[in-house]
Amino acid sequence: MSGFLAVVRRDLRLALRQGSDSMMVVTFFVLTVVLFPFGIGPEPGILERVAAGVLWVTALLASMLSLDRLFQTDYEDGSLDLITRSPQPLSVLVLGKVAAHWLTTGLPLLAAAPLLAVLLNMNADGFGVLVVAFALGTPTLSLIGAVGAALVLGARRGGVLLSLLVLPLYIPVLVFGVSAVDAAIMDLPFKAQLLILGGFLLGAAALCPWATAAALRQAVE
Amino acid sequence: MQEFLDMGGYAGFVWPSYIITFGLLALVFALTWRLLKTSERRLEALQAARGRRPRGKRGAGPAAPAQSQSQPQARETEKAPAGAAGESR
Amino acid sequence: MHRFANPNRFLKLANAILPWAAGLTVILTLAGLYYALVASPEDYQQGATVRIMYVHVPAAWMALFVYTAIAVASAVALIWKHPVSDLFAKASAPVGAAFTFIALVTGALWGKPMWGTWWVWDARLTSMLILFFLYLGHMALMNAFDDPQRGYKAAAVLALVGVVNVPIIKFSVDWWNTLHQPASVARMDGPAIDPAMLTPLFLMAFAFKAYYITVALLRMRGEIAEAKVRAISMSQVHG
Repeated sequence: MSGFLAVVRRDLRLALRQGSDSMMVVTFFVLTVVLFPFGIGPEPGILERVAAGVLWVTALLASMLSLDRLFQTDYEDGSLDLITRSPQPLSVLVLGKVAAHWLTTGLPLLAAAPLLAVLLNMNADGFGVLVVAFALGTPTLSLIGAVGAALVLGARRGGVLLSLLVLPLYIPVLVFGVSAVDAAIMDLPFKAQLLILGGFLLGAAALCPWATAAALRQAVE
Repeated sequence: MQEFLDMGGYAGFVWPSYIITFGLLALVFALTWRLLKTSERRLEALQAARGRRPRGKRGAGPAAPAQSQSQPQARETEKAPAGAAGESR
Repeated sequence: MHRFANPNRFLKLANAILPWAAGLTVILTLAGLYYALVASPEDYQQGATVRIMYVHVPAAWMALFVYTAIAVASAVALIWKHPVSDLFAKASAPVGAAFTFIALVTGALWGKPMWGTWWVWDARLTSMLILFFLYLGHMALMNAFDDPQRGYKAAAVLALVGVVNVPIIKFSVDWWNTLHQPASVARMDGPAIDPAMLTPLFLMAFAFKAYYITVALLRMRGEIAEAKVRAISMSQVHG
């Protein structure tokens, strides 16, 4: 546990010192969502219909934006060697890194989502569920993304490759995230979708750090 | 025959399916075959090159004057198979 | 199993199997084609389009089968550090991707007369499309490293992550599909299958399996030769 907290604290401090990453992700999120009314026209009816999908797809892309830096800097400056050789279980340390990544990129997305939902004329019934679905879904994205980020360490064109590896694996989160929000807007029961999203989060939290640790060990070998 | 080729009016769907299926499988096979032949030819060329140089010592070729050089090369060929086995172990 | 960890011993085995696998591929394909195109009845609803099923369905089976085989080989490679299974995983991926692509294209060619459009976001076709991306990712990762060993290991981890995700993706796509599409469209599995249709279906399925074995073994032979070339060039540089 102390190792977990130490990694979280270290990564948060680094993120605060260098700044920019969270800002960049949120700016990308806002900008891309704002592009949609230009692309499909500003009629409130259409925007309302696609709002949940647009927000989720854009959030997927935004959360991927910062992924390739998750281990890259540690890999380059050698601190990854120290982390993998630490007596603490590597998967716990990985979980710490993912938690820090989510706090710096996922949480800002969560805060921005309701504001953007207003811009897209989303029905106010969906706001609460949107926030809950984001809160359950974006950590899963960070967890799955961490596996991809660890796998592409040292690869040629790692950034593009990362999106090819990770985006197909994001589809379940997207399906149930959008479905929960849409159900809430249409006054249908949405509890099942949220429970499934929660299940994904638990499953990912159990398996992904382990797979990430395996990938990291091979990268520093 | 005409009736067979016509496929009950669905010729435009049935025949392309089969052509694409077996065309792509043949293409994958052809690429595989080419890859295999290129690799094997490169391997043979390398092995032949390794085999030729020590033989030059016996005066059967242009390598004859470079006798002082062929000594370390001969040693290297003895070492290399062990290395090759080690690499692809 | 470890008997064949030695590439040379494996080569001997592969060369013994290859002529049989290749011959079987040719015979089964010819028999399959005869039954699929000539000696099987037309479906009373779908007419001759049912003949597309004899390549579509076996290709889709192969797409899943090859991915499973890659995952098993990856697990063996990671747990027992078995070098031949690394080669097997690498040799399998392009074959699996080709079968997935075939399933997609023939699915579209079947969909046009059935549904009236080339592409419907049908649960099966969509899952196949995602599987195709998984294959592409696996192949790209395998070839993205200067050190082939690193590529093998990374791709093996990815294959295991992928195989855990495939059922989850399938489940999500099915859910999403029933949500957005009333079950009015004709299903790909079609009406109850006539026993006479099973003969070409299974002949093709086995022909594809034999083809997979043949091509995978040939590719592995190429990879082993390539590894030897690398080893010799390395020893020349260092010697």
